[in-house]
Formats: sequence, structure tokens, C-alpha cells
Amino acid sequence: MSAPPSQAAPVTWADVNRDVIRTVGMPGERYFAWMCLVALTLAAGIAAWTWQIWVGMGAAGKRTPQMWAMYITTFVFWIGIGHAGTLISAILYLFRAKWRTSIYRGAEAMTVFAVMTAGLFPLIHAGRMWFAYWLLPYPNQRYLWPNFKSPLVWDVFAISTYLTISVVFFIVGLVPDVAALRDQATGVRKKIYAAISLGWEGSDAQWRHYRRAYGLFAALSTPLVLSVHSVVSFDFAMALVPGWHSTLFAPFFVDGAIFSGFAMVLILLLPMRYLFNWYAYITDKHLDAMAKLILVTSLVLTYFYACEVFTAWYSGDHFERASLFAKASKQYAWAYWLMYFCNSVVPMVLWLKKARTHVVTLYVVSIFVLTGMWFERFNIIVPGLGFDFYPYTWGTYYPTVTDTTIIIGSFAWFFILFLGFIRVMPSLSIVEVKEVLPHPMKHGAHGGHH
Amino acid sequence: MVTASVLGIFAHVDTTLQAIRDLRAKGFSDLTVYSPVPVEEIEEEVEKVRPLSKVRLFTVVGGLTGTATAFFLTIWSSLKWSLVTGGKDPVSIPPFIIIAFELTILFGGLATLLAILVLGRLPRLRPSPTYDPRFTVDRFGVAVACPADKAESVKALLSAAGAEEVRR
Repeated sequence: MSAPPSQAAPVTWADVNRDVIRTVGMPGERYFAWMCLVALTLAAGIAAWTWQIWVGMGAAGKRTPQMWAMYITTFVFWIGIGHAGTLISAILYLFRAKWRTSIYRGAEAMTVFAVMTAGLFPLIHAGRMWFAYWLLPYPNQRYLWPNFKSPLVWDVFAISTYLTISVVFFIVGLVPDVAALRDQATGVRKKIYAAISLGWEGSDAQWRHYRRAYGLFAALSTPLVLSVHSVVSFDFAMALVPGWHSTLFAPFFVDGAIFSGFAMVLILLLPMRYLFNWYAYITDKHLDAMAKLILVTSLVLTYFYACEVFTAWYSGDHFERASLFAKASKQYAWAYWLMYFCNSVVPMVLWLKKARTHVVTLYVVSIFVLTGMWFERFNIIVPGLGFDFYPYTWGTYYPTVTDTTIIIGSFAWFFILFLGFIRVMPSLSIVEVKEVLPHPMKHGAHGGHH
Repeated sequence: MVTASVLGIFAHVDTTLQAIRDLRAKGFSDLTVYSPVPVEEIEEEVEKVRPLSKVRLFTVVGGLTGTATAFFLTIWSSLKWSLVTGGKDPVSIPPFIIIAFELTILFGGLATLLAILVLGRLPRLRPSPTYDPRFTVDRFGVAVACPADKAESVKALLSAAGAEEVRR
């Protein structure tokens, strides 16, 4: 990725429309080549899932004690990825952090698609996914007990609320931008965009309700995003398994989620900045800000890791200590130490100012962070269940071709959604980017937004 | 009374503001202001004569409906399926608070979406006659609904305020 071309003339409002609208439309051969690769990977994932449904859950390597294995690991991983998007679109909105404007649309799309990916895993994991509606606890005639005291039921509510609200927030944000797209499109595309834009015109009557509603969405999403991963963590923390039963889990999960989410934002936005030539919008300042957030969340995570170890030792509880000792020294030790290396050691390079704006460094750090965060969830679930109270039930989980292919396929599903999105929708917010540019003034220009 | 609508197209925030103030001073109050992005100065000027947006009312009613629904669903089903587990009362409020929280957000969010649609009169099936596609790029518009015989004076007023283009 080459150095950014220097921007001589200041960006005008019309430039923003032009620069965003040119990214939408018929893509080139290279795009289709990537799309084919992703589609093939997805097809492999679907084939593996079909196989699993055909032969049963044994194909996924599920046997006691690890009835939760890589599927739940990947489920938690994808839910976590979504968090950075909501942090950027809601929390940073409430803090009026101007730098969010040029990254929030991409990040929000990432959130929606990541949650849509995560949502597949309970279905895949449950096996007979055509009974998925059994997860919804409503009074019924099927002798199913709606147990509202179960953390898994809380999770159903948390995830479905999170998905719904993220989608709504995302679409509401898109409406004025799609209107801009509509006004420059022709033919059938104009009709489609007109329908999606709901006939938005930007009149004062529309804006005043829109703006207020947008603020309220941000206010609703902020506690929601913090609650979602807390509730996901309760799936573990409410159980008595050594290493899981801890009050530390909620903040520990939320922080890790934001940490991995920002890494994914960088992985998606750095190539987009290069391919769409958006150097004027996604500047070094943005990279620096995101890198700093990764650094901070990494430090917080390291603190939680230290707390986890300390608590296990200080509790004096034999099983807590034994579980931790087994994680760090038995067959899964490599995964345990890899997690520390990726999450606590590698991001320390971001203390250097130069590294925070160096594209390749950021990319490599982000890949390490994603790897580390996937293994963090693996370390909680697989060795956690592998070394329980009772040595008789100890066991090792071996991944199979089926479950590995399904997990790789889930990445393809995510990327197919994202790649599709960036070619049909504005992946940079036209309205919000314009809002922070200096407003056009005839007499005595005064700079930008206050 | 025959009404006419006159549209002035502006390139700048300050000229748009000037036009709104001048029109108000002359007693024209039926204005529609188009802008590509929400601008605080224009909003302040327009909001002066309007009550606060009712969106928040939708949100709070939606949110509270969610809370009530959640407590109703959880408590009522627990009474119907009154299984005692772990020696706990079937109706245990603390775990139900989590459901109530999630449904508060869910219903509150959906009600807010409804508010945008209902209050903002969306979806709009046909563009308004005074709409111009430049309003999503970088131009502002002030549309005035006035008696037909006043149209000429409104036109003059808009031009004087600095409109690039004025049309009926």
C-alpha cells in the first residue's frame, strides 16, 4: 500500500458525494475474482454443515466433556467483533468524537454482518436447526419449559435485541445517504435507491425528528452494547465450571470484544482506503486514534488476565488453581501462551507513534489480535471444560474437518456480505463526513462544526 | 385563496439563514427548508417557532411498554410453569430484570424508528414539488407557501437574501 497522495485543495461537499458515489456500481474483474474465492469457501462451509446435519454432531468432534467447542468459541468471537461498530456509532457519537464520522459506516456494516454471522452458530451448534424456534421462550403447548432464569435464554434476548437494534440504527443512518445516491442514479437503480431512501428529502421537518431519533438510538445502543457481551459472559460465569465462575467475566468480555472489533475495523478499512483512494477521509489521525484504542483495550485486557491468575491463586480453591495450571501446562498450553503473546505482547508495539500510523504494522497487529482473541475464547471453553472437578471426565477435544470448514465458511459468509455491501451502498457516510467539513459561508467563513 | 410555492436555492448557510429571517419578518411562516446535512444554525432558527420534536415521547412509551411486557411475560409464564429449581421461588425478579432491560431497549428502539416514520412523514412516495436533487449534494433550499399575489414579493425577497436561483 503506497503512501497517500497529498491533498492540495480542501475537500468540498460536492467532492464527498463524488468520492463516495464513485465506489458504488459495477465492480472490476479483481473484485469478482475475490468474490468467487469467497463464494467457493462459503460453499465448502455449507457443504460441511449439510454433512454435519446428515451424519450428526459427532462430525463436529463433539464428545464429552467438550460439548461446547469451536462453534461457541467462534460464536463469542463474532459477537465480539460487532462491538467496535456500535462503540464507534453510538458511544463515540454521544461523546461527539469527530473522527468517528469517516469510519462509522464501515464499522456499523461490520457490526451487522458480524452479528448475522454469530447468529448462525447457535443454529449450527444446536444440530437440528429446524427446531431453532424452541430457543424462544414463550408459553407453549409443547411441554417445553420457558426458563427465564437460564443465562442461555437471556442470551437469546440479548442477541436478538442487539441484531434488531443494530440493523435499525444502520438502516436509519443509511437513509439520507441513499437519498444522495438516488439523486445521481438513473433507471432501475434510481427506483431501488428511491425505495430504500423512503423518499428522503432533507427537509427541516424530516431532519428535526431524524436528528433527535438518532441521538436516542445512540443512547439506547450504548447500554445495549455493554450489556450484550456481559450477557454472553453470563453463559459461562453463571456456571460452576472452574475458571468460568467469576464476576470478572462481564467487563473482561466487553473489553476483549472492543479490542478485537477495532482490529477487524482496521482489517476492513485499510484496504478500502487504498482501493477507493479515500486518503482524504481516512487519515493518519484516524489510524492513530484506532491504534490507541487497541492499545488501551489491550492493556485493560492484560490487567484482567493478571486478575484471573491472581484470583485463582488467592482464592485458595483447589479446583480453580488446578484448572489454571492445566490450561497453562497441559495439552492446550500452546493456545494459552499464544493468547498472551497475541493480546498482551504484540499490541505493545503501538506505543511507538510511528507504528500507529504505519499501515503494514497495523495490519499485522490486527491479525495477531484477531487470532489472540479467537484463542482467548477457545481457552475459556475447551480447556475449561477439559479440566473439570472430576479427573474421570477430563478429556481432549480434537477439531474435525467438518467443524473447521464450517468455521472458515463463516468468515466467507461475513466477507461476502461485506464485499457485497461496499459495492451497492455508501460505505462512507456522506452526510456525517460533510457535517464535520467547514460549512459553506458567503460572508466570513467560520470553520467547521462546533 | 390561491396559494403558490416559491423556491429559492442557496449555496451558503448564512444566506439561507438570512432568507429565513427576512421571510419571517415579513410574515411568511409556511417555510420548508432543505439542507444536505443538518446545520445547527438553521435548526435553531427553524425550531424557534416549533414545539420540541415528539420523538422522545415515542421512545419512552416504547421503552416502558418493553419493560412491562418483559415482566408480564416472565412472571406470568413462571406462574403457569411453576417449577421450583434450586430452591428458588419460580417468580425470581433479579434474573427477570435482564429480560426487562433487553426488551426495554428493543421496544424503545422500534418505537423510535416508528417515530421517524410517523413524525417525518416517511416513506414519501412522490417527491415534493419543491424538491431539487441538488439538496442532497451541496445546496440549500427555502420553499415558501404564500398567497399567489404575494409570490413576486417573495421572489424578490429570496433573491435579495442571496439565492442563486428562484423559481415558482
